[in-house]
Amino acid sequence: MSIIDLDAPGKELLLMGNEAIARGALEAGVKVAAAYPGTPSTDIIENLAAVAKSRGLYVEWSINEKVALEVAAAASFSGLRALCAMKQNGLNVAADFLLTLNLVGVKGGLVLVVCDDPSSHSSNNEQDSRPYAKMADLPLLEPSTFQEAKDMTKWAFALSEETGVVCLLRGVTRTSHARGNVVLGELPRNGQKAFFDKSKQWLTAPVLPKHNQLHLNLDRLEEIFAQSSFNQYLGPENPSLLIITCGSGWLYSQEAVELMGLEKRVGILKIGTSWPLPTKTIIENLKRCEQHLIVEEVDSFLEGNVKEIAAQFSKEIGPKIFYGKKSGHIPYFGEMNVDRVTDALGKIFKIDYQARHDQYETRVKNLPKNLLPSRVLGFCPGCPHRASFWTIKNVLQLDNRQGFLTYDIGCYALGRGPAGYSLLRVGGAMGTGTGLVSGFGKLAQHGFTQPAVAMCGDSTFFHAAMPALANACYNQANMVMIILDNSATAMTGFQPHPGVGKNAMGEEVKPISIEEVCRAFGAKVEITDPFDLQGTKEKLLRALADPIGPKVLIMRRPCAMIKLKEEKPPYKVRVAIEKCIGEECGCNRLCTRIFKCPGLMWDKKTGQAKIDEVICIGCGVCADICPEKAIIKEENK
Amino acid sequence: MDAHKDYYNLIITGVGGQGNVLVSQLLGQAFVNKGFFTTIGETYGASQRGGSVMSHLRFSKKKQLSPLIPKGKADIVVALEPVEALRVLTYYGNDNTIVFCNTRPIYPIDVISGDETYPEFAEIEKFLAHLAKKIFYIPATERAMEMGHPILGNMIIIGALLTAQILPLTLEEFQETLTANFTGSRLEINIRALKEGEKLISS
Repeated sequence: MSIIDLDAPGKELLLMGNEAIARGALEAGVKVAAAYPGTPSTDIIENLAAVAKSRGLYVEWSINEKVALEVAAAASFSGLRALCAMKQNGLNVAADFLLTLNLVGVKGGLVLVVCDDPSSHSSNNEQDSRPYAKMADLPLLEPSTFQEAKDMTKWAFALSEETGVVCLLRGVTRTSHARGNVVLGELPRNGQKAFFDKSKQWLTAPVLPKHNQLHLNLDRLEEIFAQSSFNQYLGPENPSLLIITCGSGWLYSQEAVELMGLEKRVGILKIGTSWPLPTKTIIENLKRCEQHLIVEEVDSFLEGNVKEIAAQFSKEIGPKIFYGKKSGHIPYFGEMNVDRVTDALGKIFKIDYQARHDQYETRVKNLPKNLLPSRVLGFCPGCPHRASFWTIKNVLQLDNRQGFLTYDIGCYALGRGPAGYSLLRVGGAMGTGTGLVSGFGKLAQHGFTQPAVAMCGDSTFFHAAMPALANACYNQANMVMIILDNSATAMTGFQPHPGVGKNAMGEEVKPISIEEVCRAFGAKVEITDPFDLQGTKEKLLRALADPIGPKVLIMRRPCAMIKLKEEKPPYKVRVAIEKCIGEECGCNRLCTRIFKCPGLMWDKKTGQAKIDEVICIGCGVCADICPEKAIIKEENK
Repeated sequence: MDAHKDYYNLIITGVGGQGNVLVSQLLGQAFVNKGFFTTIGETYGASQRGGSVMSHLRFSKKKQLSPLIPKGKADIVVALEPVEALRVLTYYGNDNTIVFCNTRPIYPIDVISGDETYPEFAEIEKFLAHLAKKIFYIPATERAMEMGHPILGNMIIIGALLTAQILPLTLEEFQETLTANFTGSRLEINIRALKEGEKLISS
């Protein structure tokens, strides 16, 4: 269900930033949308997919971001408006085509939304995607509010069409995954026929004139941006400090200035058109005062570009002082918030701003150490990955040749920490686990004897691990690849992928068989249910013992969260208190100390294991690991 | 708390899987319907995976506030898990903060494994009293289990919050938002949960 196609112009709704972006695209008459799931961008396509049928759109989950951009570009070349969305890492995957498409140009408005994840809430890096716009000489917009997220998206389509290039729109976690007020606009009525005019060639060549054309286009964009109301100044005519900010920094800056009572001394220039910067607007505002503070997340993109203009026009505007990341007033890492801005303002104005009085701070400081247990992320109760890691840990110990795991992205990457016994040793990009073992698997001639095992998710398999496995097969690397097939892109919220048999719009499609693909490449393939601890152990031991070529072991069981939505728990699980010998048992609390399922606790009072009935979802795996058979699973009728 | 101040900062905290995001969204919607600028900042990546989850809800008659509450500026903390109430107060609390605290702990995996310890409830109570003006202890999960599903704890605690009348939103107004979002047995059970929360605070 989605509320983004509500046909009620003027109505005010509470929308998530990503819903606002999707709504803006609808208001602009978007016809095609494509993406690969990635937090915090995923909801854009999910919302568009939910209204695809009723609004006559084509929406797809593509197998990766580069293909998604190509799918969207095809629509644009055919005259339709199209949107492509991705998280910051995804833009790296799509970049090869993006830095071709910039020279090629577009026809129908094409908007690329990239959602960055400052503070890395759900990412393996803290990449700032904005330099891509500068690198590709393409326009970049950054919304500061939820209303702007919608309005800017709509405008981005028109801008793209008018200037004949892709328009980038950058969200961050706190705009994409936050909610706020949005007033709806009109939804367009009529459709448009797609047609590719083959009398024209869409090429990067001749490269030099086209590159030059991109720069002329940037000059034109600057003129347009100088008129944009997305750039605005708030504050006194001649402040003693000017904050220059963009994106999420706008709301944080306003609140910080208010909290410190500096409204009469500090002005704020908000920039919505981050690249190319409207030089005229920047110069006019730099003239307001001598001191400037730049507030942005993550890198010093705005800061560097503003300073470039200040240097270029130094004769006209005079010497300026800049505070920001370079000066150490704003950290180079982590997301922005009000407190970071009050810190910076405090330093500049030499104000000792205290959010709370000293006594309260002392009370907080005097809380006993270790009062608050940390909450390390782990696998959900009933997660197949817990059982998979359990077996892999035991098998690598049995094998005893210092085997280790490489990895990609997905829920199972939590295996870096205690949830997966810290077994994951190296990896981190999509498909990288398999690419790495393809390399480790060729080091035998240099004396390498350790088993290198790649871990890969089912969605990741299609995204980027397929080429790596093809490489391993082609080059006959001695390696084992474990595909944790849980029938979904689980980390981002259970989106379907080619192996699932369903597409983004919920239509049934023929699933692509992961095992058939692996076999076609020439890998030896086995399939196992990770909840079958003994069977999985035997298959993995066999794969490790086989010294020749690539071996794939598919550990297949649907994500527990999907199962929970669809069916009743399979078992009722309890601890038989007469059988659990507690601390006396030689197992040394194997069930809780090692297995670490949130649904199974150690009752200190009785000195025995205990099921937490609020958490347990009845998978029954713990019953198979207890050496005393003290955990009882009974089938749920 | 002054029922007529022009903005409110509320934090709903808990652990992934407790239905934190859903109640935040519903509360937010109810406030937009009442003509407030509403901003919600949500923590997502950790949902369902045992991490601490926090939603910042901010309601203002005047303007759109930022998605993150500044240090020490939480007016109300709704904690679906007791230790999380304390955790939130250490950064966002102040002398006037009012807390609604579910009494049922969810043990982190490092506690389950024995690497860390979970504080005794009396200890949590003692330190909450140091850091908040008033604390309502709500046995939300226990009541929700009696009603058939622990997830209803989120609605029970919201029922208690709205009954205490420290936010400019009534239980009835919130019920209208529920009615607009749910139907059938789901609506019925959620409304029953709200009323359960109302009872807990009235008695």
